[in-house]
Amino acid sequence: MAKTSVRPIRIASGQGFWGDDLEAPIRQVEGGPVDYLMLDYLAEVTMSIMQKQRARNPAAGYARDFVPLMERIFPACSERGIKVVTNAGGVNPAECARAVAEAGRRAGVGGRARIGVVTGDDLMERLDDLMGAGHALLNMETGEPLEAVRDSVRSANVYLGARPIVQALQGDALVVVTGRSTDTALTYAPMAREFGWAWDGYDQLAGGVVAGHINECGAQASGGNCLADWWDIPGLAEVGFPIVEADPDGSFVVTRHAGLGGTVSLRTVKEQILYEMGDPSTYITPDVIADFTTIRLAQDGDNRVRVSGIRGRAPTPHLKVSVACSAGYKAVGTLVYAWPDAAAKARAAAAILRKRLDRLGLTFDRVLVELVGWDATHGPLAGEPPPDLPEVQLRIGVRGPDRASVARFTREIAPLVLTGPPSVTGFAGGRPRVQEIVAYWPALIDRTVVEPHLSVEFVEV
Amino acid sequence: MTRVPLLDLAHARSGDKGNTANVGLIAYEERDYPLLAEKVTADRVKEHFAGMVEGPVERFALDNLGALNFLLHGALDGGGTVSLMTDAQGKVFSTALLRMEIEVSDEVADRVRGRGRLPATGGGG
Repeated sequence: MAKTSVRPIRIASGQGFWGDDLEAPIRQVEGGPVDYLMLDYLAEVTMSIMQKQRARNPAAGYARDFVPLMERIFPACSERGIKVVTNAGGVNPAECARAVAEAGRRAGVGGRARIGVVTGDDLMERLDDLMGAGHALLNMETGEPLEAVRDSVRSANVYLGARPIVQALQGDALVVVTGRSTDTALTYAPMAREFGWAWDGYDQLAGGVVAGHINECGAQASGGNCLADWWDIPGLAEVGFPIVEADPDGSFVVTRHAGLGGTVSLRTVKEQILYEMGDPSTYITPDVIADFTTIRLAQDGDNRVRVSGIRGRAPTPHLKVSVACSAGYKAVGTLVYAWPDAAAKARAAAAILRKRLDRLGLTFDRVLVELVGWDATHGPLAGEPPPDLPEVQLRIGVRGPDRASVARFTREIAPLVLTGPPSVTGFAGGRPRVQEIVAYWPALIDRTVVEPHLSVEFVEV
Repeated sequence: MTRVPLLDLAHARSGDKGNTANVGLIAYEERDYPLLAEKVTADRVKEHFAGMVEGPVERFALDNLGALNFLLHGALDGGGTVSLMTDAQGKVFSTALLRMEIEVSDEVADRVRGRGRLPATGGGG
């Protein structure tokens, strides 16, 4: 049994999605003391993109940005014992770990670090066996069984909780690479490990989940995308991502490094707590159900918010599965119309385009016309556009099962420049691209058919 | 009584879960939260978003944070990569909700007027 900690531990958020500020994790490591760095790279659609990459190249299918990042921070992490926990492994955690080990050797920490690799979340190979054994994987939104779209399934991954990450940390991993772990587990697994939490210590675990929810979107908890008094939030050019200072009882302080920008206040933290929230009393994770209506917040000094009082209860017998299915094609084209009567011209152009699509016999499941600069974000709440609107971007999208129809649509935008209403420009970008649609299919599965397949392996750097 | 936009009483953040958008509505001042809880009902929000939300609107109260959470079902044209919308992930349903107006006393209206807007002398960080 590894020894446990009684002092607060500092878990820094370094990445809120694949594509986030590349320098943020560097600032977290160099800006002051931290014990852990958590990096969230996965969104719902990311797994299917990675699955496609792996199909083309068996060594791909993970968040490639993580490798050069580790090459930069490996020496500091190794020297100061900063552990890194990430879901960068995507659909190929083993290859990700191999690439990170190579990066470690290049960075001069060969022989001085090990990487823990968590696998077992990927159900793609087991899908037919599971469905044959009666696991219908009903769509949580529509109730439809997965059987109905079996041939279109591109990826299927279970959201894993903290246990395998804790196991990797207990095995002395400096870096833990997972596939589809929950975003929150990346933060509370270190707490469970350091404080030796019991798996039925639901209040503590629920505290950890709230900490994870605050950390998982990076700067969204420390001033980024904050609506309240956004004009007063300083230094976003070098924003300090949030840091959770965790106590053994499951309470914690949210803060940021002193020398960086951004703000940690009651308002920034509340906004992040409510982000992507469902029923706040029932925030379900693989390890615990957290009750967000029990959260107590208090300002605890400059850029410090104390979070406490959180209650939790036992988890469900199920785990959530994220299935990605191919679901047809779409394309979006744009043109810009200028004053006067910009919106009227754009609408006339859209009507002409629709008539042409009809004459070509093209049908779509959906055609959407938006006027960017007027109603693209707030729809009918924007009211009628004034004739003096200086300019507007016409944005037309189509969606349907037939690739050729969508491709033909993409060739009907440019002709409008010479064959439609006047004062039109903004077609420098060329024809719109036809995109394959990957639909998200949320389902539940009995945890007993997943947990025995989880595995933690170690790779020496 | 005077009508004021929620913009002057609350801030908000929104996001997505599949084809559902969520909007968290947070009172600037705790003393104004009961007003929000009373006036910003699920029915009123559904009405506000007429033509934008196909399914029902659910409301959850977080008295502990002085906040309400709304789920707008069927707001995102299928959501994720299916949606054709500019705001496929429901990121700006937040300020769309803040356009909604409620009746408040003249005293409250005077106190909060302009609260949610960039001050004339304000700058950026």
